[in-house]
Amino acid sequence: MLRFVAIRVGRAALTIVLVVTFAFVVLRLSGDPALIIMSPDAPAEAIAAFRHAYGLDLPIWQQYLHYFGAVAQGDMGQSMRDGRSALTVVAERIPATLALTVTALLLKLCIGIPSGIFAALHRNGWIDRAVMALATAGFTVPSFVLGLVLVLVFSVQLRWLPSGGQESWSSVVLPVITLGAGGAAILARFTRSAMLEVLGQPYIRAASAKGVPWHTVVRRHALPNAAIPTVTIVGFMVGSLIAGAVVVESVFSWPGVGRLLVIAVSNRDLAVVQTILLLVASTMVCSNLVVDLLYGVLDPRLRVVTK
Amino acid sequence: MGLTVVPSASPLIRISGLSVAFNGTPALLGIDLTVGAGETLGLVGESGCGKSVTWLAVLGLLPNSATVGGSATLDGRELVGAPASVLERVRGGRVAMIFQDPASALNPVHRIGRQVSEAVTLHRGLSGGAATAEALRLLDEVGIPDARNRMTAYPHEMSGGQNQRVMIATALAGRPELLIADEPTTALDVTIQAQILDLLRRLQREHGMALVLISHDLGVVAEMCERVCVMYAGRIVEEAQAGALFAGPRHPYTTGLMGALPPLTGPRLRLTAIPGRVPEPWAMPPGCAFAPRCPKRIEACDVSVPNLRGEDRRVACIRAAA
Ligand SMILES: Nc1ncnc2c1ncn2[C@@H]1O[C@H](COP(=O)(O)OP(=O)(O)O)[C@@H](O)[C@H]1O
Ligand SMILES: [Mg+2]
Repeated sequence: MLRFVAIRVGRAALTIVLVVTFAFVVLRLSGDPALIIMSPDAPAEAIAAFRHAYGLDLPIWQQYLHYFGAVAQGDMGQSMRDGRSALTVVAERIPATLALTVTALLLKLCIGIPSGIFAALHRNGWIDRAVMALATAGFTVPSFVLGLVLVLVFSVQLRWLPSGGQESWSSVVLPVITLGAGGAAILARFTRSAMLEVLGQPYIRAASAKGVPWHTVVRRHALPNAAIPTVTIVGFMVGSLIAGAVVVESVFSWPGVGRLLVIAVSNRDLAVVQTILLLVASTMVCSNLVVDLLYGVLDPRLRVVTK
Repeated sequence: MGLTVVPSASPLIRISGLSVAFNGTPALLGIDLTVGAGETLGLVGESGCGKSVTWLAVLGLLPNSATVGGSATLDGRELVGAPASVLERVRGGRVAMIFQDPASALNPVHRIGRQVSEAVTLHRGLSGGAATAEALRLLDEVGIPDARNRMTAYPHEMSGGQNQRVMIATALAGRPELLIADEPTTALDVTIQAQILDLLRRLQREHGMALVLISHDLGVVAEMCERVCVMYAGRIVEEAQAGALFAGPRHPYTTGLMGALPPLTGPRLRLTAIPGRVPEPWAMPPGCAFAPRCPKRIEACDVSVPNLRGEDRRVACIRAAA
């Protein structure tokens, strides 16, 4: 078990190193920030000074080492726009984003998983058909379309809820629904098929043959097995808590990380873009790690480490 | 009114006219069968003839897509259509069932000790330490070596033979009067097969329970059973005492099965050597289902389905001397 954990943690760390490297390479290759930030007809000395200040005049491998060392210490550089620490600029936005994405995640879990289980247990019944029809709709409609439709109906027509901003709790409602609908649909379909797969396994029939009452068969024998594949998709959703709201934040002018990313990219604010990128990558890697470890907890077959 | 004396030979299980259809496609076409207390009954026939479905239907273990007709009684109490609470007490209690592939019949995420003690808790009212102790005793009884330490093992850490022993231990937990062993050795190596069959024989003797041994291996059935039912395409086509059946099969299908039996010294093969194929359930011939493959077929065979005739020895063939 210890080996199992060590291997997963090592793999996660390596992934982070690769992501940092990748971020460095891609962003350095994509153009000279000095020329973009300063106007192109700025005096040559000013450009040189700017380059010097940001270490852009060093050989690329030194820049990489510096960069890596800085990142390792949590120093992501300064926003080239206002000179504040990029980490601070990004961190300020995180609570707003999490307010949306965590609430939406809860919505997905609370709606998606139970309805998937319920549909599987009543396979081909009208409830199953209704759940699946809704789920298909929920996952076919792109979130910006759903967002705009919701705004049109509930803000413009009915005037029940605000169409954007962050003034009151009610401004959370539409973005959260927009954000959660697709995920709930995916989770419902996924949970349903995981449950159907498990319910068809011989050990389910064998458990019934032992005399275990059906609701206990479902709870004790089916759910723990169906949880194993479902954890993957939930892990993916947790991994996108930071980055998953770019579109919805734009539609609802929500001052979160997603909108900051859009602005930073269009401003070529390297430090901020990199910080967001690394943050997103680390969330993904961490949630993958948690999923991997959870697999080990849920599925004893995976605890064995094959050499 | 006088006293009615209940005959001591009244069967434990009486199945009559049992039929099963899956979404309208028939799989069982009327099964009549009895199992007496302590008896060993063999059920043979090619794969897909309805051996498993028969007993799944009796225990109410078929999916909702199955329509079950006819009757199956346990000591005179009807099981077909019985409420879940009744069936749950029978399953694993008076009637236990073990399955073909032990590795997939055990829950992969539960330790084997827990899987055995679950049945102990359900049927013996024991819990906690007492249930665990009884589970350990059962694992010992079925010959799991070092059972105390194996209690915490998962099914994937055990061999197929050991997993089947775990299944058998679970089945014994409710002290069943009837054990249905559905091809218990099909998924196992030949040497392990023999060990499991020995174990079943020993347990049956010690517990005095009845055993229904489902198999498509006539050799296994010949060794183990007192009485044999031969099934073909959802019906019983012949039933006899094992000795009589092997001495002189009366149904051409049974004869064919025996012809397909390899010599005793050779390796056992699956029974596939009868020419032709089993008719599809939606394209059953109007007469005898075996007629298209039968060497003794005459015109009358295609007119109507032959009844299972005879008293002690039954055969469903108009060409057979009754
Ligand atoms: N759950 C099911 N759904 C549909 N058809 C089934 C199902 N279970 C069994 N059958 C059909 O019933 C027939 C008998 O199956 P079974 O009793 O398992 O055969 P066997 O004699 O090999 O045990 C087969 O034709 C099989 O295809
Ligand atoms: Mg079978």
